[in-house]
Amino acid sequence: MELISPTEIAKEKVEAVQDYSVLAGRSIANLFRVPRYFADMVQQADLIGFGSLPIVILTGLSIGAELALNSANTLQRFGSLSLIGQLVSVGMVRELGPIITGLMVAGRNSSGMASELGSMIVTEQIDAMRALGTDPIKKLVTPRVVSTVFMLFFLTIISDLLGLFGGALISTFLYGMDWRQYWSTAWQILVFQDVFMGLVKPVLFGFIISTVGCYYGMTARGGTQGVGRATTQAVVASSVLILVTDLVVTKLLMTVFAYH
Amino acid sequence: MAAPPATTEDRQQSTQDPTSSAVVFEDVSIAFEDKPVLDEISFRLAKGETKAIFGVAGSGKSTILKLALGLIRPDSGHIYVLGEDVTAMREEELFDLRRKIGIVFQESALFDSLTVRENVAFRLLEEGDVTEEEVERPVRESLSFVELENTVDMFPSELSGGMRRRVAIARAIITHPEILLYDSPTGGLDPVTSTTIIELIVKQRDVYKTSSLLVSHRLQDAFMMATHYFDRKTNQMQPLPPGMRGEVPMGFLILKDGKIIFDGDVHELAKSKDEYIKEYIS
Repeated sequence: MELISPTEIAKEKVEAVQDYSVLAGRSIANLFRVPRYFADMVQQADLIGFGSLPIVILTGLSIGAELALNSANTLQRFGSLSLIGQLVSVGMVRELGPIITGLMVAGRNSSGMASELGSMIVTEQIDAMRALGTDPIKKLVTPRVVSTVFMLFFLTIISDLLGLFGGALISTFLYGMDWRQYWSTAWQILVFQDVFMGLVKPVLFGFIISTVGCYYGMTARGGTQGVGRATTQAVVASSVLILVTDLVVTKLLMTVFAYH
Repeated sequence: MAAPPATTEDRQQSTQDPTSSAVVFEDVSIAFEDKPVLDEISFRLAKGETKAIFGVAGSGKSTILKLALGLIRPDSGHIYVLGEDVTAMREEELFDLRRKIGIVFQESALFDSLTVRENVAFRLLEEGDVTEEEVERPVRESLSFVELENTVDMFPSELSGGMRRRVAIARAIITHPEILLYDSPTGGLDPVTSTTIIELIVKQRDVYKTSSLLVSHRLQDAFMMATHYFDRKTNQMQPLPPGMRGEVPMGFLILKDGKIIFDGDVHELAKSKDEYIKEYIS
């Protein structure tokens, strides 16, 4: 096995970060240049948004239900079962809704983008596109970024609502809590800061999912094996970046909003 | 008999005038992972000329085409395409220049999620607001040039290798580019299909006078191109009369170890005393 010097590895990593930043930057800059490929954006929104709907519905519902199930047991011991709506509401809207939806969409779409663009790279379709006078970043990357950011925002809202609904089902049917009381407490506990925090995250996560997926796709090398590697790396990198970003953004916004 | 196209004399005259060159390579070098592939190569492609590039696998033939298009950049040297220095142009500027150039990739590189119609019309659709009728006519013309009109609604995966190559030619010529680049257009094809492809290239050379660079492993294809012309009356490729063999705008370029060891016409190639070239063409 050939040994690579640490300097070379460091150089490669710095170069990768630089290339990723250029791709991400150009994907945004292209929004202000014509042509804008509106039809491609709609097509991608359909694939990313509506395509991810079943998995988002399923995870949102089950996470909300599990959150209620696990918390109810503890709350019951302290005679505070009435707080279950508040707990599910804050947990889903502020944290679990965005992060679970982000991770699900990353698993489904980041890999899809990496494999699709990677296949186009190894079969010279991207070169053909450039040769035909079309900017592949403008035509392929920008529509995916716009659509993912846009659709993840709404998918997160759907996930939040379904999580609350899942919690309501558990609280009402298993613990005999009043349906109206659940929804009223869940609604009342939410403040602007919670909703803001829960809606900023999907925008950032959507950007991470699409740019990381496209980056690994556009830099895939080494035939079908290389495409497979790019796909795996895209899912791992986007998931890790989502978790790290979530931590940083949560801390940052908590500081800004002076949470206690 | 319809008159054969421009003669070798015309071509030489054109080659001596730098402004009339379609492609100029000046001391171009490129290395991949510290391995030199092209080492200070220089050549010119005159307007209207077709130049066939030969060399063993990995000698940098396809690299020359990618360099000419600006898809990759050389480590040193200059490349002028239609008078513009592609080595000094930004990617955004290159998109405009590339619209004047057509390329047929080794593996066709058709967009597999698009139909034949969408593949061939890709350039037109990208250029802006065009109606369906405005696209349909040139698509039909292009596909009729390669005799594949009946495949418009098919996907590339439904076509044979030869048909895919012909669709790639149709896609490359739809806007009547000033330069055409062919990367092993007959590679891996049976002799009958190869002859059909060569006939299309000769037709493009003699009917539209398009300047072309052709990368190939098959010397017999280039010899066929040097000894035949396209007769518009019969709409077929015909052999040149005995006294006019090689009197078509057709050049040969042979690469060895990153250098150009031959750049000339079919007569010069046949007369070459170089042992490697003699072995290569034997």
